[in-house]
Amino acid sequence: MNARTTAQRVRRGEISAVSVLEDSLARIHAENPRLNAFLRLDEEGARAAAERVDALVAAGDDPGPLAGVPIALKDNLCQRGVVTTCASRILGEWRPPYTATVVERLAGAGALLVGKTNLDEFAMGSSTENSAYGPTLNPRDLSRVPGGSSGGSAAAVAADFTPVALGSDTGGSIRQPASFCGVVGLKPTYGLVSRFGLVAFASSLDQIGPFSTTVEDAALTLEVIGGHDPRDSTSLRVGAPQLVAHVDDGVAGRRVGLVRELFEGADAEVVAAVHTAAEVLRAAGADVVDLSIPELSLGLSAYYIIAPAEASSNLARFDGVRFGHRVSGEDVTAMMEATRTFGFGDEVKRRIMLGTYALSAGYYDAYYGQALKVRTLMIDAFARAYQHVDLLLGATAPTVAFPFGAKSHDPMTMYLNDVFTIPTNLVGHPAISVPFATGEGGLPVGVQLLGPGMSESVMLAGARILERDREGL
Amino acid sequence: MSSSLSRDDVEKVARLARLRLTEAELDLFTGQLAQILDHASDLAALDLHDVAPTAHPFGLINVMRDDLVEASLPPEEILREAPDAEQGRFGVPRIVGEEP
Repeated sequence: MNARTTAQRVRRGEISAVSVLEDSLARIHAENPRLNAFLRLDEEGARAAAERVDALVAAGDDPGPLAGVPIALKDNLCQRGVVTTCASRILGEWRPPYTATVVERLAGAGALLVGKTNLDEFAMGSSTENSAYGPTLNPRDLSRVPGGSSGGSAAAVAADFTPVALGSDTGGSIRQPASFCGVVGLKPTYGLVSRFGLVAFASSLDQIGPFSTTVEDAALTLEVIGGHDPRDSTSLRVGAPQLVAHVDDGVAGRRVGLVRELFEGADAEVVAAVHTAAEVLRAAGADVVDLSIPELSLGLSAYYIIAPAEASSNLARFDGVRFGHRVSGEDVTAMMEATRTFGFGDEVKRRIMLGTYALSAGYYDAYYGQALKVRTLMIDAFARAYQHVDLLLGATAPTVAFPFGAKSHDPMTMYLNDVFTIPTNLVGHPAISVPFATGEGGLPVGVQLLGPGMSESVMLAGARILERDREGL
Repeated sequence: MSSSLSRDDVEKVARLARLRLTEAELDLFTGQLAQILDHASDLAALDLHDVAPTAHPFGLINVMRDDLVEASLPPEEILREAPDAEQGRFGVPRIVGEEP
């Protein structure tokens, strides 16, 4: 049962939040040992929340728009007192002393926070194979990756553990696993959702967003978690977005750009899905035009300089002094080296070193400086495109979910997964992946809609059309 | 521009980043990082001298709040999560020797 229906029935007293939770936990206990989507459950906390919701309903009060909806949290989101690992050994059994704003808002809306999901360590990866706690399996095909970095959250929704999960998207980490697992994944406008309490990877790119089974549930969740937060200095000065009311607005009269650079090079079945999506939007009254934005081809290079540069700075705080795991050493430097060498996995080490190099004297201008200028080129290029169209259409990922081990030996091959999702993060815009077709082996194929900053309402209405008229998933 | 990343460069960067690499890791990472930097060489080849850099998608402005005392996290809760703490402080290996 999706989140909106669940909350409606709980609010009307037709079903109890406790029974919704027990159903969810039963599914998790039956299947999670195989899938490894959740790293940890907070059954006690979720039960207490469910009882509060039922008590409010019994007293005639409204517990909120997500009343009784079980929700999973990517394990880089802090929840006071609940162990948070970022799927890294370096955090050990760290219990955050504070709660992320998004988590507070979900709880305040009546949601039941059932547990923390697996990810690529510190959200660095595209397959969830970089977790210190083992990979998550794709519920659609257990021999394949769920995508990443938010693979555990995508799998939790695809396996029907919870109707909604939160992830974080720095270069595609919500949209690509959504595509691989056959669920909806939304990356909001940068600054629309507070990052307070999200463990930072690349601060100018990171954004929290929802996974769900329906476009309407993504809208509903974003309404709850979006809006200004004084505890995040990059938070936009906007109120909670109004989205659910516009989900069925349709696309009649909207102009949509079918962007060559956002599907060229993808597998044939993915390209076919994008063209079918264009036809579906056209049939619903949109004016779909072919577009080329050549600057997008520079995105991957710019991203894999900027994101590691920011990561090398953000991850300097993990030094064994204030929190997490410590490996002792004869002096402070030796202790920090031993801690970080033991605590970080290979991909995190690669990105820290890459970022340190790109920021170092003699190379700063050639790499980081150029990448920041390319970011300007991309912002200008998107702005020119949006003078002519309301939305852009492309693929989410170049392929369907790939088998375990297929790309983990070669970082550059893995990075190419993100080629269609990265441009959005570099310019701070929203984008959504909608499950739309099936490809090789009956595996899901997502298509991606992109819009300018704060265009979530229009983008979700377009996504709703794709969801309504897609071919049988 | 092709990357000229050397094994010595990686060794130096690892030291700066407080990471210890084995000889085998040094070889592996040097090859992998060189490959990534080679891919980024399309950036270095662009003439962008008249383009302004963007560090942040919407620009950052200083955020100020009223200078009022607010509750902060209790020190004991913070120190409880530290690997080592004593006398209300984070404990680390000795930095300053007892004898000159």
